[in-house]
Amino acid sequence: MNLCKVLGTVTATAKHPAFAGRKLMVVQPLDDAMKPAGRSFLAIDHSSDAGAGDVVLVMREGNGVRQVLKDKSLPIRSLIVGVVDAVER
Amino acid sequence: MYLGKVIGTVVCERKYEGLEGKRFLVVQPLDHKGEKSGPPEVAVDTVSASPGTLVYLVSSREAALALDPTFVPVDSAIVGIVDSVDT
Repeated sequence: MNLCKVLGTVTATAKHPAFAGRKLMVVQPLDDAMKPAGRSFLAIDHSSDAGAGDVVLVMREGNGVRQVLKDKSLPIRSLIVGVVDAVER
Repeated sequence: MYLGKVIGTVVCERKYEGLEGKRFLVVQPLDHKGEKSGPPEVAVDTVSASPGTLVYLVSSREAALALDPTFVPVDSAIVGIVDSVDT
């Protein structure tokens, strides 16, 4: 799983039925200084209600997504599974 | 899952079973700023995208799950046409 910053949202009208009604966010991984680094990608926000600027925990593994969303055939690969309050090191 | 722009089409008459009738498009992966992130790739289209369209894709095993039948040799699929990206 990755710590990522939420950059914003993606809206799409024409989409695969599996994405209907789901919130799609643009996120970017954070480096060790908690600064956005690396390639941004898209993740589904299922229940965390994350918004732009939030630091979130993103899972990037399809089987985990299908387990969380309780659907064995979902073509979804990345999911926001937590909104991070603090990272202590 | 990631953003991309459709930059071409692929014609491929002989293909593996299960891929009959599927449309293959060449897609340039993009980041949130619209800048290239990696080399172009070929993706199966599930949303009737056309060249020039901003789309989003899913890769790996999940790409095949976007298709019917799902047990097909595919590792990239276009699953949405982007209306807007608000960052």
